[in-house]
Amino acid sequence: MFRGTLTASQRRLAFGLVLPALFVILFINIYPLFQSFILSLQEYNAKFPAQRHYVWFGNYLKLFRDPEYLAALRTTFFFTFVSVALELFLGLGAALIMNRPFFGRGLVRAAVLIPWAIPTVISARMWEWMYNDQFGVINDILMHLHLIPEPIPWLGRPGVALWAIIIADVWKTMPFMALLLLAGLQVIPEELYEAAVIDGAGTFKRFWYVTLPLLRPAILVSLIFRTIDAFRVFDVVFVLTGGASGTKTLVVLNREVFFSFLNYGYGSAISVTIFAFIFLISLAYIKGFGRKWRLIE
Amino acid sequence: MRRGFRIRKALRRLGFYLFAVVPLVAVCSFPLYWSINTSLKTHNEIILWPPTWFPRKIYFENYISVFSAHHFERNLLNSAIVAGVTTAAALALGVLCAYALARLRFPGRMALMVLILMMSMFPRISILIPLFLMMRGLHWLNTYQGLIVPYISFSLPLAIWIMTSFFRGIPSELEEAALVDGATPLQAMVRVVLPLAAPGLVTAGLLVFIAAWNEFLFALNFTFDDTTRTVPVAIALFSRQFEIPWGELNAATVIVTVPLVLLVLIFQRRIIAGLTAGAVKG
Repeated sequence: MFRGTLTASQRRLAFGLVLPALFVILFINIYPLFQSFILSLQEYNAKFPAQRHYVWFGNYLKLFRDPEYLAALRTTFFFTFVSVALELFLGLGAALIMNRPFFGRGLVRAAVLIPWAIPTVISARMWEWMYNDQFGVINDILMHLHLIPEPIPWLGRPGVALWAIIIADVWKTMPFMALLLLAGLQVIPEELYEAAVIDGAGTFKRFWYVTLPLLRPAILVSLIFRTIDAFRVFDVVFVLTGGASGTKTLVVLNREVFFSFLNYGYGSAISVTIFAFIFLISLAYIKGFGRKWRLIE
Repeated sequence: MRRGFRIRKALRRLGFYLFAVVPLVAVCSFPLYWSINTSLKTHNEIILWPPTWFPRKIYFENYISVFSAHHFERNLLNSAIVAGVTTAAALALGVLCAYALARLRFPGRMALMVLILMMSMFPRISILIPLFLMMRGLHWLNTYQGLIVPYISFSLPLAIWIMTSFFRGIPSELEEAALVDGATPLQAMVRVVLPLAAPGLVTAGLLVFIAAWNEFLFALNFTFDDTTRTVPVAIALFSRQFEIPWGELNAATVIVTVPLVLLVLIFQRRIIAGLTAGAVKG
């Protein structure tokens, strides 16, 4: 609105309205981001503040020879890929179920919101208790089903622990995916399905040729949000294993470097790479699919 | 023939409930059930193997000692203050910015939209140390404002995004009529548009409140003791000297979760609308 009638006073109003929010974002987000980059160029350990000096890209060169960093990088990519893939698969299933008219659908939608409503730290502690090696209900259920012969220390065994974390994370975040996809399903016009039925398409063909292509925008939006979220995972790992048993992701490692080793310079270099990876992931999604789905406007 | 068809249809419906609906609901709600179950058991029953699926006798002592031994009320109060102030401030700032983005044309508008979108995605760990040093310099570590100020900046993009899409849904003829009647643009916004955008404010407020209530990374590192520790930090660090008191921990979990789940169920529609705002426009 106000098109063509843009007067100086209206422009002043716009700036006045935007300024407070912009001020907060600039000072609390952008400026610290810039500081992080500056810190990443320094040798700066808070235990020995007197020895602080510039090493330029020395921290970054060290990163790519640091086995712990490389392991965290691998763990993070594995976690991100597997949990987002599982979420997409299960979330799509849940969305398709909730999109069908049936008695009690409102109740199901409410139940699906439960995991979303629980704070991540709290849901992680619920899972920690269920995974407990001595008294945990998961061992109990699986032993009743004769799937495992004896209790398994889910969170203490390398290789198993990461999967246990992935399952807890998928449980927590699948509803978000399902609700976004459900919203996407609901805007698909019914006539398209009717036309497909007249053309003799079965259930699978209707899904493959009508639902999936039209759902693509919703799938991509939820993928981008969830991929970025999964890449910066912290809470669930911190609570379930603290990074032990081969589950140390980048953010968990990063926090350890900051607050256990007080190595602000090297830690900031890790932070900057996390930022760069997330930037690249978003860029890849937007470049790859941006024209097909319009996120802005 | 017709009867066979009807039976097949009934069987299919039964199969849909048994193999799709029931597992979905069961998986989503089981951890909460298990937490409630554990919270109502005595310590001796909690460490039974195999675990009991119902408490043998309902036992409320865990709920009492969460407050008497752990002073959990302090953590609840901290979280309520931090999340409440964050929500009020983020809404106040967010509404103004969103109105300008939705209704006014000004240079740099697109750039600002992109900036806000990017701010909602960047990893917060990458400003953890600069903000930590900033708060230490201000002597704001272990204070409410030391958490509230970062939280406002984290929730602004979400609030702005949701409010912008709500403002867009309100016909602009309403304000144009007010302008013709001699109102200033600011009056048109406050008197005409804001009342209509109230549902959007509730949605944005709920999502911001929940996000601030749940935040962990900053709360963990910016607070040192129970005078400011929020609920997630208290729950994550919940322990006695050498063992985790599972009964009390699960009682604390239920105390936090049940009101939150009720809140979400009451505002289900609003929350879903907010989560999907701007995400699926087709």
